[in-house]
Amino acid sequence: MKTIRVHSIESFGTHDGPGIRMVVFLQGCNLQCIYCHNADTIPLQSGTDMTSDEIVSQAIRLKPYFGTHGGVTFSGGEPLLQAKQLIPLIEQLHVHNIHVAIDTNGTVKNVYSHNIMKQHADLVLFDIKAIDAEHFKSMTSNTLFEAHTEFIRIREQACKPYWIRYVVVPGYTDAPHHIEALCNFVQPLKYLEKLQLLPYHSHGKHKWELMNMQYTLHDVEAPCEAYMQKLSNILNKFCRVEIG
Amino acid sequence: MLVETAFKSGVWTDTIEVKDFVAQNITPYFGTHEFLQPPTHRTIHLWNICKQALAEERQRNGLRAVDTEIVSSMTAFKAGYIDKEYEVIVGLQTDELLKRAMKPFGGFKLVQRALAEHGLKPSKTVTDYFEKYAKTHNDGVFDVYSDEIKKFRTFGIITGLPDNYARGRIIGDYRRVALYGISRLIEAKKQDLSSIVGPMTDEVIRLREEVASQIKALEEMIEMGELYGLDLSRPAENAKEAVQWTYMAYLAAVKEQDGAAMSLGSVSSFLDIYIERDLQLGIITESEAQEYIDQFVMKLRMVRHLRMESYNQIFAGDPTWVTESIGGMFIDGRTKVTKTSFRFLHTLYNLGPSPEPNITILWSKHLPQAFREYCAKVSIETSSIQYENDDVMRPSTECDDYGIACCVSLQELGKQIQFFGARTNLAKTLLLALNSGRCEYTGTQMVHEIPYIDSQYLDYDVVMKNFKTAMHEVARVYNEAMNVIHYMHDKYYYEKAQMALIDTNPKINIAYGIAGLSIVADSLSAIKYAKVKPIRNEDGLTVDFKIEGDFPKYGNDDDRVDSIACQVVQMFNEELKKLPVYKNATPTMSVLTITSNVMYGKKTGATPDGRAKGVAFAPGANPMHGRDTKGLIASLNSVAKIDYEHAKDGISNTVSMIPQSLGSTLEQRITNLVQLLDGYFSQHAQHLNVNVLDKQTLLDAMDYPELYPQLTIRVSGYAVNFVRLTREQQLEVITRSFHKHL
Repeated sequence: MKTIRVHSIESFGTHDGPGIRMVVFLQGCNLQCIYCHNADTIPLQSGTDMTSDEIVSQAIRLKPYFGTHGGVTFSGGEPLLQAKQLIPLIEQLHVHNIHVAIDTNGTVKNVYSHNIMKQHADLVLFDIKAIDAEHFKSMTSNTLFEAHTEFIRIREQACKPYWIRYVVVPGYTDAPHHIEALCNFVQPLKYLEKLQLLPYHSHGKHKWELMNMQYTLHDVEAPCEAYMQKLSNILNKFCRVEIG
Repeated sequence: MLVETAFKSGVWTDTIEVKDFVAQNITPYFGTHEFLQPPTHRTIHLWNICKQALAEERQRNGLRAVDTEIVSSMTAFKAGYIDKEYEVIVGLQTDELLKRAMKPFGGFKLVQRALAEHGLKPSKTVTDYFEKYAKTHNDGVFDVYSDEIKKFRTFGIITGLPDNYARGRIIGDYRRVALYGISRLIEAKKQDLSSIVGPMTDEVIRLREEVASQIKALEEMIEMGELYGLDLSRPAENAKEAVQWTYMAYLAAVKEQDGAAMSLGSVSSFLDIYIERDLQLGIITESEAQEYIDQFVMKLRMVRHLRMESYNQIFAGDPTWVTESIGGMFIDGRTKVTKTSFRFLHTLYNLGPSPEPNITILWSKHLPQAFREYCAKVSIETSSIQYENDDVMRPSTECDDYGIACCVSLQELGKQIQFFGARTNLAKTLLLALNSGRCEYTGTQMVHEIPYIDSQYLDYDVVMKNFKTAMHEVARVYNEAMNVIHYMHDKYYYEKAQMALIDTNPKINIAYGIAGLSIVADSLSAIKYAKVKPIRNEDGLTVDFKIEGDFPKYGNDDDRVDSIACQVVQMFNEELKKLPVYKNATPTMSVLTITSNVMYGKKTGATPDGRAKGVAFAPGANPMHGRDTKGLIASLNSVAKIDYEHAKDGISNTVSMIPQSLGSTLEQRITNLVQLLDGYFSQHAQHLNVNVLDKQTLLDAMDYPELYPQLTIRVSGYAVNFVRLTREQQLEVITRSFHKHL
């Protein structure tokens, strides 16, 4: 049986999609975002192999809590690195009438990941890292910016709902031209349900140290509520915004 | 007003049957909380005086004032007021706010000790009377207790028994005074008395004596009303009187008795009928309706009993358990939610958070959605309310007019009472099974016929066999103690005022309980799935355990261990069911500790799950702190597996979470909490205490208690002012699993 490489499972997720969700953090990521708060999910080698049946049976135990909003979210790491194995798993969850969301950085380009975008995922949470190629590289140590935006186009063409998530890192992602570009970016999107502005926090810092990796955001403080509200008010003119 | 014509008639018109009155006349409410009004200037004025008095009480070591001359009764004290001209609902237990009274019939020595702790003593007249002439419940019990019972009590196997305090738990149907007026109730009781006839067996004699005392109590209740200028002999004629009459009936109970839990029942939707009528007639405004409820609740918050310091170990924070049950559904499918359900909850905003009255939501998936969401909002913003599963209790008992006594115990109003029996320490019982029936601390032989285990590793089947023998013996002694206690309580401290408001010859259930369930489940799981090596001292007593390998732990939705927890509950319940009970009461059992989990822990040696000697148990049916590592839902799923049918006196579970764990916005948090409750209760779980708090707030409150006078936190089945817990109990609350995934 095909297995999925899992970092951990949270049975009471309320921040990764609507309602109460089982959040399956998959192991391995192709990016290394400077503000990553789950750095321990980045390496491809660690984690635990789980069968689809194990994951589905856990989800069934949690189903009474899902109600009409909740379900399962595959997050990570980058879940679409395991897109091929995810497809039958999502299909199995759908047999049990469980809503499935994918929390992705939208940079893994292959036929499986595209199919998940086009048809399998009930909801996609796109983590937009940056709105131009250069900025993207500085945030993620990677050059996959084009794929990033391509994914949103695929979802739009499939006429399926999605959210965009954008982490506000003071001094890194909140310059006026970043926000302005973000406004322009979201304005034409038809199937975007909401933009979640996530305030940066340093809770994941210790994980970098545990991984023997260099954390560079030492002096960055979490943005205050009023500031988040201010950004939200600006973006609110172009799409529905929520501070996450 | 003639009550019969003002309301829709029915069975209630001819017989004493409040339930029918409510069913016929209720106006269910499906709207939102937007109609609610802020407190009136009168309410604010009175509450400010109360807050000042509460501060004085804290400064004076928990006792603001006490009367050492007068033995409390319904009429012993003259009328007391907070500030008379501002009070729309009147009545205090004594002649002064937060002044406690002596109720020595539970036990005079306890009154002496409680006073001595504050450098006081009862007056000479009172002392002479109780030392020379009167006998109390406590005297009676200890006259009869066998050496064996005393030994089980001293060594902490059966603990917290109501043998040195009043049993409480009985809920008078206080609504009867408002609906019928006391004269009519006296008439009905007189009729009952005349139909209880010979041959004069023990049973008949006892019942005739009880009913005769109830009639005297009703007469005294009328006198008590007169002290406040109220004519309680007639029915209440409007909303204000309905609230006042109901409160007077409750006040009679708490003037006469100081039971551990003196619960209110389910009065809000009953009162709503009168309020709705007066609103319709244009006699009162919404603001006045809220004022009645605010001031009623304010009075309930001021109820006090005189307690010894040691009482605090089992019931921390000076609780009174004025439990008011709100919501639920009728068997016919209608909801019992009314606007006054909202008004009661709204007192937590108008007067601020508070542990009392112990507001209990009878949760159902059929409750109006707006009400469910309002409850969740109140939980998130005050941590002051608890939830119990109406969808499980209603069908199981075939009853839709019940209140919760104390924390989790169902009682059909006016038709049923309960004999409270604290609990047995099941973890210590397991240790008896491992030590050939000897106490693990002292080596004292407690139980016979348990073979000595001398194997290098513990064998699951051998342990289970011994454990069953130990349970059998502990149940026997526990039952004997309970029979003695309730016989004597009836004889020396009969609850005549409450019983006067209950049908003659009601159904009775005896409420046994267990503590340490998670410890027992994890210990047996360790023995079964890992290798557990007992470490024995020179006397052959097991003083510690070495565990090799890992084992499944209760609280992670793992059937391997959860099934053990379920089995243990069933096994002990079945042992108890075999035993004969005083007054033929029906045996029931709870999984509830109140706050005694800390004290039980101290009295229990190291256990095979790796818990060190003296460490606190988890409260109620909760998984052990920090062992429920798979998150909140897995933890809830484990507890939900315990079958209510084997623990019909209730299964208590307390969860604490930080606000962010429920979502980012208040709206999301409300939706998710409602869904969380639905998920848990749809699996037939019975009870949930919900705390939505930051750990940091609690830590701050430990350092600066004066800044957090109203900080309320749910513990096991009730709520307390956090700052009134001992430091040890505060730390225990803080160590509990806080669910905080972000």
